[in-house]
Amino acid sequence: MAEDQAHDYPTIEPTSFDVVICGTGLPESVLAAACAAAGKTVLHIDPNPFYGSLYSSVPLPSLPSFLSPDPSSVPLVPSGDDSHTVVDLHRRNIYSEVEIWGAAPEPRRFTVDMVGPRVLYCRDEAVDLLLRSGGSHHVEFKSVDGGSSLLYWEGQLYPVPDSRQAIFKNTTLNRTEKTFLFKLFKLVMAHIAAADEDGEGEASDKISNEDLDLPFIEYLKKHELPPKMIAGVVYAIAMADYDQNTDCCEKLLTTREGIKTIALYSSSTGRFANAPGAFIYPMYGHGELPQAFCRCAAVKGALYVLRMPVSALLMDEERKTCLGARLTSGQDILCQQLILDPSYKVPILDAPSDGSDSNLLRKVARGICIISKSVKQDSSILLIVFPPKSLEEQQTAAIRVLQLSSNLAVCPPGMFMVYLSTPCADTSTGKQSIKKAIDALFAPQASDSLEGHLEETSKNNEDLKPAVIWSCVYVQEIMEGTASSFLSCPTPDELLDYRSILDSSKKVLHCMLHFLLNVPASKVLPQEIFSCR
Amino acid sequence: MHGRPRRAAKPEDEEASSAKAAKLRDLQAQVLQNQHSGTYTKEAIGLSFKLLEINPEAYTAWNYRKLAFQHNIKELSEPEAIKSAIDDELRVVEVALRQNPKSYGAWYHRKWLLNQKLAPVDSKREFGLLDKLLKVDARNFHGWNYRRFLARFMGVPDEEELNYTMDKISDNFSNYSAWHNRSILLSNLLIKQNKGFESKQKIFSQEFELVTQALFIGPSDQSGWFYHLWLLAQTSTPDNPQLIASWPCSGAKLSSSLVKEKVEQNTLSSIWCHSLQERTVPMVLYFNEPVKGLNQSSVKLKSDLDFGKDIHWRALSMTDSGYSSCWTTYLQIANECSSSQQYSVEVSIPCSDDIVSRSGSNYNCPVHFTFTIELISDDAQDIDLFDKPVAYFSEPLESHGNCEPIPFDLLKITGALVEEDSNWHFERLSEEIDLFRELPDDNCKFVKLTLARLLLACAAIKSCGRSPHERKRYCEEALGHFSDLIRLDPSHKQYYEDERSLVLMDKLTCDMETFVKHCSVQVQPNSIPLNHVQLCKLSLTHVGFAERLMWVQVLDLSHNSLRSIEGLEALQQLVSLNISNNHISSFTALEPLTKIMFLKVLDLSSNEIGAHSMDTTRYICSSPFSHKIEAHEAFEECQKKNINVEEYWDAILFFKPLKLGQLDIKGNAVASKENFRTLVMTLIPSLKWLNGECVN
Repeated sequence: MAEDQAHDYPTIEPTSFDVVICGTGLPESVLAAACAAAGKTVLHIDPNPFYGSLYSSVPLPSLPSFLSPDPSSVPLVPSGDDSHTVVDLHRRNIYSEVEIWGAAPEPRRFTVDMVGPRVLYCRDEAVDLLLRSGGSHHVEFKSVDGGSSLLYWEGQLYPVPDSRQAIFKNTTLNRTEKTFLFKLFKLVMAHIAAADEDGEGEASDKISNEDLDLPFIEYLKKHELPPKMIAGVVYAIAMADYDQNTDCCEKLLTTREGIKTIALYSSSTGRFANAPGAFIYPMYGHGELPQAFCRCAAVKGALYVLRMPVSALLMDEERKTCLGARLTSGQDILCQQLILDPSYKVPILDAPSDGSDSNLLRKVARGICIISKSVKQDSSILLIVFPPKSLEEQQTAAIRVLQLSSNLAVCPPGMFMVYLSTPCADTSTGKQSIKKAIDALFAPQASDSLEGHLEETSKNNEDLKPAVIWSCVYVQEIMEGTASSFLSCPTPDELLDYRSILDSSKKVLHCMLHFLLNVPASKVLPQEIFSCR
Repeated sequence: MHGRPRRAAKPEDEEASSAKAAKLRDLQAQVLQNQHSGTYTKEAIGLSFKLLEINPEAYTAWNYRKLAFQHNIKELSEPEAIKSAIDDELRVVEVALRQNPKSYGAWYHRKWLLNQKLAPVDSKREFGLLDKLLKVDARNFHGWNYRRFLARFMGVPDEEELNYTMDKISDNFSNYSAWHNRSILLSNLLIKQNKGFESKQKIFSQEFELVTQALFIGPSDQSGWFYHLWLLAQTSTPDNPQLIASWPCSGAKLSSSLVKEKVEQNTLSSIWCHSLQERTVPMVLYFNEPVKGLNQSSVKLKSDLDFGKDIHWRALSMTDSGYSSCWTTYLQIANECSSSQQYSVEVSIPCSDDIVSRSGSNYNCPVHFTFTIELISDDAQDIDLFDKPVAYFSEPLESHGNCEPIPFDLLKITGALVEEDSNWHFERLSEEIDLFRELPDDNCKFVKLTLARLLLACAAIKSCGRSPHERKRYCEEALGHFSDLIRLDPSHKQYYEDERSLVLMDKLTCDMETFVKHCSVQVQPNSIPLNHVQLCKLSLTHVGFAERLMWVQVLDLSHNSLRSIEGLEALQQLVSLNISNNHISSFTALEPLTKIMFLKVLDLSSNEIGAHSMDTTRYICSSPFSHKIEAHEAFEECQKKNINVEEYWDAILFFKPLKLGQLDIKGNAVASKENFRTLVMTLIPSLKWLNGECVN
């Protein structure tokens, strides 16, 4: 097979580009679209036969090979013309600890996101980007409108009210709790209106700077919210990851940051007439997003070649500047700027940081489950948050769970896809947390032979947890984008949205444009794509 | 729709609007022309459409369309043609509503069309239109009105409409229209006792639960509080009207004269009734809520006395609605009697469909009581109260030597019947009180006001259960809330002061122990002992609980802050009233006194009558006597004496019906005006003492 493919490699003309980008993940695709829109010549290649790289959505049967690829799939090519210093590239697998159970019926009809659980805020930068770049023509979204998010607290799921009406309809809060919660909402909304210059809010409505610098959790405690609601606001609305109750928290959310996310959330609801909730999800999976940007790039003249790995970097003699890339086909392509997706490993360049301190790397444990009954009746798309310590004392980070249904075209009717993720320092605790969350939400994998047992409990069948049909748990390393002699894009992160990924892609773009034109990046930024700051 | 700031007009806007006005005038003239000439051609009707499209408020155009429709429909026989004519009209309404969704004319036109019943109504279209409209503005009351009309017209079950209100409230609970419709639908369902609506208690508990959810989220949002107020009213008042007091009370003994020895020996057993000198006994019935329908058959009197043929009950109220809590009749004794004799009068009010409250519920707690009238035909008839000007005590009653305790057992009032399920009411209200005490936003005026109202409702129930101590405790707490409110919400200060006055009066009069400190029998030398009540220096702004004061003959309300004396009209025994040193600002505010036939002594000194050029009472009173013209003779009489009728019209209307013997009015701006003395002398020929001086 590999042999045949090698013969099929096309020859690329021309052999010199302004920018060569390898990998079609979301950051690479956005950069390709930006460069093409800026009038640069762009070659965009991908080793895989599909778009998306680490950001793709793959059919269920392809998942095992995606997570644990055959290491020998990058063939070594005999070195050709050696007018450059050639640095061999290796690909690394960022996935580890893959465990898969069960068997799904009709597995081809399931599409699995590699970035899940993930959604877009309607007022997200990613959405603005899609609209401005024209990428929105190539992808369709559905509103995640299963009502409010659910919070796992003391063994039960509670809706987290996110608006005045949701507080009104909520049946699990008592009246006094409602008063305090809405008071906080009002304060925050007044602050947001006042902070927004165009708004009609008054400066006196702003929350004081002292309060804004407080840890968000302290601010909420000041407003007499009970612990359950604090957890709801901090982990299910402000989307904090790590336990905010410890003194030595790695990422202590300040009130300012918390309110920023709430502001994004509240401005997201109602942005689009057909999306009542704050979140949207791309039909057919997240893999559609990089494709949409690739199409934008292609429209602006970028050249696309799939099934084309890069085997080596072409460097100058001092190994300081990257001059181009050697493709697996053996062809050398020269470029001013090379961008690689994070699965490429350059042995010499990042030698010191390789392997030895991998425990310091950020990681995210992910889980994917297939179930045939919704976790909550009457809603098919759901967001569930397990705050830290809600499952066990050792649980240091929040676990986010997203349930998707067949109307997003990611699974057959009657089935549900569930994604889980939690950031972790070491692989075993991360996996442990994901497994605990799966146990808390679902019944153990059911064997259908136990009919009698089912009948006994059929009277409270409604309360019965859904059974897991198929599941997969794995751990993914997280890498930031880097800029050295070549640029490297970030991997998918542990967050629920693309904001951080886009921020770091933007930094990469700034570096690159600065390098290419030797002028301040802000002057050359193509307005139609990256105009928001 | 709501809360949008008005934009200042730009010059080009003005130009456009003047062009529009010219076009409108032109169209209007043509439509009017067609209306006069009865031209109902297609072109003429088209013109009216053009007019309504721009200005849906052109009511004549709507009426013209109605005439044209009726005219043209006669010539149509095909059901299809009729239907399309109706559809055309419906479409015109829709266009007009797009221009102004609150156009009275357009909505009425639609109702009128449906009421013609010429073709089956497309309910989907109608409800669809409403859904669209209420989505744009969920609080458009025209839309809600039309919805009620449509539901009734189409026979939509109330339960469905109730669910619709719930949907709208779930969308946004700041929707007074939805809450309001909910209250209407629930009342209907409870009256009809539909399935699931048999238990008022259950339904109301649920509704309290629902509305408090909204109140706790937005304590400063008004709509929920209105609904809560409705629930409170439904919970705290009995379903059917009840008689709560009468004069004369059960067992009372009225006498036209008193034997002096008995008075001195303190063995008083009967009440001197001044009006018996004129052979008249005013009778007053006081209900817990306004009722109508008191007549000879609904109130039965049985007596050996001959009261003439007609007993005519009059509503003692300042409004013309026909409903009143307080009703009176003057029993004219026609009997000739030669010697002292006692007659008993039996009063019975059976269950009656005649006596109904505003909500339509009838009187269903039969009451029967008896009082006696003692007629004495001796020389006591010569008693004249007004040989000398009546002086008022300036000191508190306790310290006054001449005071005698009131024989209270003679003044019993008919207590309201205790409702069987008042326990539920009380528990429900107590729960609400506990709940709102815990509402964290304790500086919210609505919370405080509602708490005060809840406490007072509890107090009212407790009086049925005869526990004055608890009642007083509730009153105390409510008083605190009203004091806070006066401070918190100064723009509604006067309302809170009025409410506080009512509570204060309740507190002072609800039990004998407290009340007796303010009561005495006034014994003046050479005079008849009179039942005297003194409520001075209490900062009262308003009179309440008049039903507890109906036996009072001398009332001292001086040194308060009274702005109104509404309620005093129930005191038909009143002979002497002191309201000096108050804030009465006009004669219109004194209208209740014109209903007290036997009032002889009135002290109005040191008020603010005539001090204000603008008489605000006229805007506050429901029906001040500016609306009545019956005193035109008095006007003529005054004109003859060169009195400026325009200036003094209210004084003339006030003084004319009074038969005072003594009047004090010094210390009012009006008293020093030219001709005022002449006016008083002309209108009150019976007057003997004016401002402490003998007029002759």
